Order: sequence, then C-alpha cells, then structure tokens
Amino acid sequence: MADLVAWVLVLAVLAYACGGGADYGAGFWDLLAGGARRGRRPRALIDHSVGPVWEVNNVWLIFVLVVMWTGFPAMFQAVFTVLWVPLALAAAGLVLRGAGFAFRKPTRRLAERRVYGAAFAIASVLTPYFLGAAVGGVASGRVAPGGSASVSAWTNPTSVLAGLMTVAAAAFLGAVFLSGDARTYGDPDLVGYFRRRALGTLVALAALAGVGIVLTRDDAPYVHERLTGGWGLALVGAAALCALAAAWLLVRDAPTLPTRAAAVGSVGAVVVAWGLAQRPYLLPTSLTVAEGAGAEATMGWLVVVSLVSVVLVGPALVLLYRLDSRGELLPDPLLSGPEGSSGTER
Amino acid sequence: MTGALQLLAQDPPQLLPARELMAFSLGVHILLVPLGVALPFITLLMHYRALRTDDPVAWLLARRWSAVMAVQFAVGVVTGTVLSFELGLLWPGLLGRWGDVFGLGFGVEAWAFFLEAVLIAVYLYGWRRLGRRTHFVLGVPLPLVALLGAFGILAANSWMNTPRGFRLDANGEPVDVDVRKAVFTPMFGPEYWHFVVAMFMTAGFVVAGVYATGMLRGRRDRYHRLGFTVPFTAAAVLAPVQMFLGDFIARSVFHQQPVKFAAMELVWETDTHVPEYIFGRLNPDGSVSGGIRIPQLDSILAGFSPSTRVTGLTSVPPGDRPTPGQATVAHTAFDVMVGIGSVLLLLALWYAWAWWRRRDLPRSRWFLWAAAGSGAACLVAVEAGWITTEVGRQPWIVYGHMRVAEAVTDAPAGTLWAVLGVVVAGYTAMLAVFLTVLLRMRTRWRLEDERSGVREGRRPSVAESPEHATPYGPRPPHTPASGGRR
Repeated sequence: MADLVAWVLVLAVLAYACGGGADYGAGFWDLLAGGARRGRRPRALIDHSVGPVWEVNNVWLIFVLVVMWTGFPAMFQAVFTVLWVPLALAAAGLVLRGAGFAFRKPTRRLAERRVYGAAFAIASVLTPYFLGAAVGGVASGRVAPGGSASVSAWTNPTSVLAGLMTVAAAAFLGAVFLSGDARTYGDPDLVGYFRRRALGTLVALAALAGVGIVLTRDDAPYVHERLTGGWGLALVGAAALCALAAAWLLVRDAPTLPTRAAAVGSVGAVVVAWGLAQRPYLLPTSLTVAEGAGAEATMGWLVVVSLVSVVLVGPALVLLYRLDSRGELLPDPLLSGPEGSSGTER
Repeated sequence: MTGALQLLAQDPPQLLPARELMAFSLGVHILLVPLGVALPFITLLMHYRALRTDDPVAWLLARRWSAVMAVQFAVGVVTGTVLSFELGLLWPGLLGRWGDVFGLGFGVEAWAFFLEAVLIAVYLYGWRRLGRRTHFVLGVPLPLVALLGAFGILAANSWMNTPRGFRLDANGEPVDVDVRKAVFTPMFGPEYWHFVVAMFMTAGFVVAGVYATGMLRGRRDRYHRLGFTVPFTAAAVLAPVQMFLGDFIARSVFHQQPVKFAAMELVWETDTHVPEYIFGRLNPDGSVSGGIRIPQLDSILAGFSPSTRVTGLTSVPPGDRPTPGQATVAHTAFDVMVGIGSVLLLLALWYAWAWWRRRDLPRSRWFLWAAAGSGAACLVAVEAGWITTEVGRQPWIVYGHMRVAEAVTDAPAGTLWAVLGVVVAGYTAMLAVFLTVLLRMRTRWRLEDERSGVREGRRPSVAESPEHATPYGPRPPHTPASGGRR
C-alpha cells in the first residue's frame, strides 16, 4: 500500500512538473520577451494561454504536499526541516508570481503592468529553481530524518543542476505549449518564435543532462547508479527518445497534439525515472518507503482520496484543457475593457 | 507571575516569531476566504436573476462580480498555498507526528480546490463563448465545491481541538488510526456550520456594503439598489441562523473543551452560579479588572440554569492552560464577535421590518451607514472568532496531546523574525494593490456606465458595442485571431 501511495506522490509530482512546468516556462519567456513594444505580442499570448489554467496547475503542488504529509509524515518533516530555506524562497516566489499575474490582468497603466509583470516573470524562474534544488537535495541523499536546516543540502552540485534543469524543462514545456497556442489563436509568426525557443532550450537541457551524468556519479551515487542501469536507464532512454521526437516534430512544424505529447513524455519520463531510481527509499539512503509510511488505515484512505481525485478532477481538467486549447475561453471584453486584457498596452 | 515567566523561559525563542508568522498569514488568508467561498454564490444569485429577467443591470453586476471573484480567488490561492508551506516550515513536528492521523482532510480540500479552480476558470472565461444555459450550469457547482473545501480545512482544525481516531502506544506514538473518527470529531459539526454561515454572511455584507457606500454618496440608481439588495438579503436571512449556530458552538466548547471555555468566559475557579463578564481583563491572581459583571449569567448560558457547574482555568496546572494574557485575548475576541453578531442581527431585523411594511429599504440614512459598515464589521467578527478558537486552544497545538512549543521548527528566531517582516511587508503591499486594482475597476466601470446610461436601466444599443448588451450574443464570427490582439 505504501508503495502505491509513493507512486501516487510521483505521479502528482509529474502532473505538477508538466502542468505547472508549462506555466513556469511561460513566465520564463515573459521575462525574456524584451521591452514593452517588442514583447507585447508574446506576452499577450502568454497571458491568454496561462490565464485560465495556472490556478488549477498550482493545485497539483498542494496535492503533492498533502500526500507527503498524510502518507509520509516523517519524510515531510525531514524535507521541510532540512530544506527550510529553498522551500521558503519557493513559497515567496509563489506569492510574487500569483499576485503579479493576477494583478497584471486588470491593470491598465503601463508602469504598473511592468512591475506586476516583472514580479510574475522573475518569480516564474526562481520558484522552479528552488523546488528543483530541493529535489536535488533529496535525490543526493542530503536530507535525513532528524536532520537540521542545512545550506549544503540545496547549494550542492546536484541541487544546482536539478534547479537549472527544472527551469530549463519548464522553459521547454512552456515554449512547446505556447507555440501550439499561437497556432490555435492564429498568431503564425509566434508559432515559429516559440518553436525556435523550444528547440534552443532542448539543446540546453541535453547539455545539462550530459553534465548531470558526470556530476552525479560522486555527488549522488545512489540515484546515479540506478539511473544508469536497469529500469532507470530504460526510462532515461525513453525520455531521450521523446525529446528527440519532440525536436523532430518541432522542426517539421507538426500538429500541436503530438508535439505536446512528446514534450510531456520526455519530462514525465524523467520524473518517473527519478522515482524509480530512489526505490526503495523516500529519502536515499536514510528512509525507505516502508519505514516512512504513515498509518495503514490512512494509506488506504489516501489511495481512495487519490482515486476520487482522478474520477472527480479528471473530467473537469479535460474540460478545461479542451476549452482552453480550442480557444473557447476568452476574457469577457466587458470586464477587461475594449482593449482586451492581454497586454495590448505594453 | 514568576510561574508565567518560568513558562515563557521554557518556550524556545523561535516559538514567538513562528506563532506570529502563522497568525499573520492565516489572519490575512481568513479575510479572503469568505469572499472566495461565498462570492461565487452571490454572483450566481445575480446571474440567475439576470437569466430570469434579462435585466441589463443584473447582467452587468453578475459579470462584474465574476471579475472581482477572479482577482480575489487568485490572491486567495496565493495566500492559501503559503499556508500549506508554512505548516511544514513552521510546525514540522505537528505533521511529522500527526500527519497520517488528521492530514487526510486536506486531501478532500485538494479535490475541492481543483474543481474550484477549474470551474472558476470556465465560469470566468466562458461569458463570451459558452451557451447561456451551459455557462450557468457550469457555475452552479461552485458554491458546493467551496463547501467541500471548507469541510477539509475545518475537519483538520476541529481535530486539533478535539483530537480523536487514534490510540497512543507505549512510546506515545499514535497508532490504530481510524480516519473516519479523526475527520468527524466532536467539534467538527459546530465549527463547520458556524464558519460556513459566517462566510456567506460576510460575503453578503461586504458586497452590499460597497453599494451602500455608493448610495450614501447619492448614487441611488437601479444598479446600486440591485447590487445592494441581493447580497444584503442573503446575508440578512443568515444573521439569525448564525446567532443560533454561535450559541451551539459555544455550548459545544463548554462540553468538549471546558478549559478553553473557561478562557473565553474568564472563569478562574470551577464553580456554580458563575458570572458573565463583558470584556474585562483577567489578572494572574484570578481576579477580573474592568468589564461588566453580570451575576449568574455564564452558568445560565452554559447550561440553562444558575446552578450549572462551569469548569475554571485552575482545574488544570498552569502549564496546561492559556495564560491570563491569552485568556484575556480569547475573551475579548469572543465578546467582540458576539457583539458584532448581535448588532448585525438587529440590522437584519430592521431591514426585514422595512421590507415587510413597505417593500422597500429602510428610509433612514442611519441604515445605510450601518449597512456600509456591516461588511467590515463582519470581517472583524471572522477574525475575532478565529482568534477565540486559536488562542483559546493554547498552549496546545493538538489539544491535550502536543504543545505548540513541541511542534515548532528549530529555525533560528532571528531568521523567523526577518521572514515575518518580509511577509508583513509583502502581504501589506499585496492587499494594497488588490484594493487599488478593485477601486480602479470600479472607477472604470462607473465611467463606462455614465456613457451608456445602463445604470438607469437603459438597454445599450447593440450596434454601439455588442459586448455591452448581453454577454452571450450576438457572437462575433470565430476568428482565430480574436485571442491576443483584439
């Protein structure tokens, strides 16, 4: 039962990495979109495509936390104690990001829009970095029950690498999704704009992965060993294949759906590979899944809660993503005013 | 006094900043919660009216409230996410030891949160594109989903007050977890219904208060009358219900958490014929300074008879009960909440009387003044109620089983004070911007309406601006380019 809950946790992380990741990536490209005039149209697209979905994607994070503290309380306690600083910084980033995004929409004045936009964009880079660094701390075995807050747990090579890879993966997903949205919303030049960026980040991601293979050998030996052999290696291979497929589809200017599937597949496979590589540990190499599991009755109920989530939330999510990707969700012009809500004044 | 000092000295130095940080973050979040939960309901009421009557003013109000809802929900998401981080960052001991006993309620809250985020997005972005029936029908589950979310959170909080559903083994670790018992604890029902009604009342009074302020400034058009009447009626209907539920929860505290009740009512010694104090301050020797003393009343309120025995604070050792200072805080907050609730009940009765006699609002300007302040008063009452329940529970984080001091993080006090400073500054800025954005939206809408005359009930001509007539039509042809660059 505990293994099942651990997989629920991995899948929730996967969902957040893909859903939330694409939103963070959109913020990354918002940051790099240039001045008010040059960045006007990419930012408008970002606003439009992220607007309806970011709150939903944010809930995956809450779900991850809930499964952690209900299913594996000892792990939750250890992670939040040892990785106090990066998690606090990630939380600060979440505030800036959400508030910046929410306030930019109904604001008309350029100077204010800039401030809110900057808060949204900068936090969209910092938050995934710190979350990734925290994951790196766990994967490299620097978090153990009974530990105390430590700086090296999130400034070590694996953490830095994981942070950078998280940002790059988010940017990749964001660019892939935005490229597809540009097509749906009829901005043909932005299709190419984001396609080029998707390919660029994919190259960066590959380079980081290459560095990672060398770097984790000594820094995170337990996970390294299982990522370079057995099922872990198979998943890493699958991720690489998906990434190659995504690159090919991007170059060929293929339809939106298969490109997105390949991109999500590559990021998802990495998350699953990480889950596999940690087995049987929640916290390598100090706390196993069995040791860290909460009460048996609770685990059963947690599986029920997760199943109900799938049944209840699944259709709602499908509805939302379908409506959003078909361009059916438009801001009410009455509410946003005649100029539209999408950053026309930038 | 020395006892109290010794107790303070035992507390780790990071306890105070951690506590203040949690109190501040929760205190801000709880102001946003009522609107997050109940504003969709009030918007749907207006939406329903618009569907029934096709009144352009009702359409306008419903759409605008949904816009406010969007911004408000986003801020609530942010402050709520911070709280789930703080549970781990500040109180690792709480979830580390008890997470598998009571954490599941938050899982239910996560469903609700998912559905709410989806449905709000669809509702908000669906005004243009969805069919009018589909759009409304997709909005209807919103209040129910919000109630589900409140279920999860209040299950967790009531568990902290009356922990159940586990047994302690020889090492004092919880075993034999029974999730159903841990969710439905004795305080769950009273807390849940009291808070749910509080949220709907608060949202109603806050929204109505906005339009009451407008009317005080002379804007007595259809727009303001309708914007006032719908939410105020909803809140006024709930005001008497809340008095009943408030009495129910107080009596539940008396039975389930007698020491907390003693703090709320400043009862020092266990006794019969206990007097009621309205305000007043508890001294370390058990005497009460200031306040109004009403003999016998506390016993009567608790058990309907002056001979009811009320447990006093001294029934447990000083280390297991709120300090006199904490008791005074809980007592004051309790009295503030009850006082505001009573005044709001009178206001609701005034409104009901006028409506019954003349089918109109009370004519007096005093009524509008009171109504304009009712929203703020309600927010104060929510805050006070929360302070009562949290401070009254001290020094326990899990009542009778774990002290707040045992759960606290070992992060250095200095860091926590610095974080508190950042959070206070950040949240203050965020709330200030939130209000500014809302006020700007209001001004913009007012200028637009002055041009179109819609507030007087004039139907804007379709030719002039199709979006302004009714939300669902006539639809523009579906140009793919309609996204970013309208």
